[in-house]
Amino acid sequence: MSSAADRPAVEVRGLTKRYSGTTAVDGLDLSLPRGHVLALLGPNGAGKTTTVETCEGFVRPDAGTVSVLGLDPVTQSEKLRPRIGVMPQGGGAYPGVRAEEMLRLVAACAANPLDPAWLIETLGLSGSARTPYKRLSGGQQQRLSLACALIGRPELVFLDEPTAGMDPQARRLVWELVRALRTDGVTVLLTTHLMEEAEALADHVVIIDHGRVVAEGTPSELTSEHPAEAQLRFRARAGMSTELLAAALPEDCRVVESSPGAYLVSGPVDPQVVSTVTAWCAQQGVLAEELHVGRRSLEDVFLDLTGRELRS
Amino acid sequence: MTFPAGTFTPSPGTGRLGRMLLTHARTEAMLTLRNGEQVLLTLLIPLALLVGLTLVPIVSLPDPRVDEVTPRIFALAIMSSAFTGQAIALGFDRRYGVLRRLAATALPRWLLVAGRVVGGLAVVVIQIVLLAVVAAIMGWSPDAVGLLWTVVLILLGALAFGALGVLLGGALKAEVVLAVANIVWFILLLAGGIMVPASSMPGVLGDLVALLPSGALAEGLHGALVSGAPGWQPFLVLVLWGAAASALATRTTKLT
Repeated sequence: MSSAADRPAVEVRGLTKRYSGTTAVDGLDLSLPRGHVLALLGPNGAGKTTTVETCEGFVRPDAGTVSVLGLDPVTQSEKLRPRIGVMPQGGGAYPGVRAEEMLRLVAACAANPLDPAWLIETLGLSGSARTPYKRLSGGQQQRLSLACALIGRPELVFLDEPTAGMDPQARRLVWELVRALRTDGVTVLLTTHLMEEAEALADHVVIIDHGRVVAEGTPSELTSEHPAEAQLRFRARAGMSTELLAAALPEDCRVVESSPGAYLVSGPVDPQVVSTVTAWCAQQGVLAEELHVGRRSLEDVFLDLTGRELRS
Repeated sequence: MTFPAGTFTPSPGTGRLGRMLLTHARTEAMLTLRNGEQVLLTLLIPLALLVGLTLVPIVSLPDPRVDEVTPRIFALAIMSSAFTGQAIALGFDRRYGVLRRLAATALPRWLLVAGRVVGGLAVVVIQIVLLAVVAAIMGWSPDAVGLLWTVVLILLGALAFGALGVLLGGALKAEVVLAVANIVWFILLLAGGIMVPASSMPGVLGDLVALLPSGALAEGLHGALVSGAPGWQPFLVLVLWGAAASALATRTTKLT
């Protein structure tokens, strides 16, 4: 009993999945302890959904092993499905079904479901309880889909982009729900491309790109991977020489003009560095304005790792 | 909003089989009966043709006309809901991801099919009862022995057409399913042995039409309800179509 409880809820080793020539997931490892929240963070097309769908048993891996609650999601699907809750990307319901009708159907599949009427009200769907699914807004469809994932009181829930298409109020509500799930001992694996969301909810963040893990850790580990690493931003006249400024600073400081007139110094920023920057600006006859020193955000980590170009 | 501790404490498990089947089947049936286009296809068109062909002598039929018309309208109604209606519904259900949604619950795979079958059969029962009541009002007098055969034929017809509907609706894009299902319905109605009996078609054409599911069902129902003797051929033809379509559909049906 204790050995089963000690095993991670989700354990993925060397997962690889190819779709007609392109490799969606490329040797991915993942481990999610029970009762924890893991955020799979990555740009569009990074392999997040394929990874989640493999854990749910919808996708058969080409290589590697996947163990979910100690079960093989493909061959032991009938045993696994009663224990998990799934929120697929883009939801899923009959086009003509009413929200409560759909939720009651999914509730009937569970032994001890939550009260559908309560969940409908909690998720703010009471006002559209009689509206056919196809006429619900994207955010309302997402909320119904979340309700379907939670109704059966699962041990483990998979939430694929749970807040996509939601307004800020609904997003806050989903965050509250995920926190309540964690408090009550439910294991959560969610995907997102919102750094803020991963930072706010997750115990573990796994950043993936091109189907591979590029970084992982707690949000604070990821943002302080280089403890001395900090950033100094300031505004001044555009077109100053970043080489000359870098030469005046310690060797491991980097200087870029991120947009005309906006400068970014990253590295071991200490009071001496700040003083050197302002003094150097004074020599150039300019005033360093809006000077700001900060830690790297998860967003910086994410963009550093996955690049800043727009993905199609 | 905050949630009291323990609100989501895990308590997983599979629901009771009977309740899952009943809820799934009822949802499927209710969705059909609430959908305007489905009601037009499965109820209003068969009812209009039943009344129209009985009361208006545009085609010459032996008297009483209602006895000749009713079995053929039963066949049309079954084809409409089990084949065309099922195919279109499945095509759009796949588009909206409902099969994947249900496949991710504790619902066993066989119940995913069984719920749809029972829901579809419930709609067929409603169609037949309604049409039979209207036919009875117009003086329909079916053969008493044939009624038993009729029940078997209706069941086989619904399953064979249902399997064909799943085969079509489970494989192609929703819009293509919509077009093909309606075209096939129209062709089978006019030339597949429903409006024009296979037995009154010339030579080999009549034999071939009797081998179509529509021709077999219409001839079988006509034989059962008019003379009480449908013969064995319609049963065999429907079983073969149903088995072949089911075997093929299990390989081709996609969840999304």
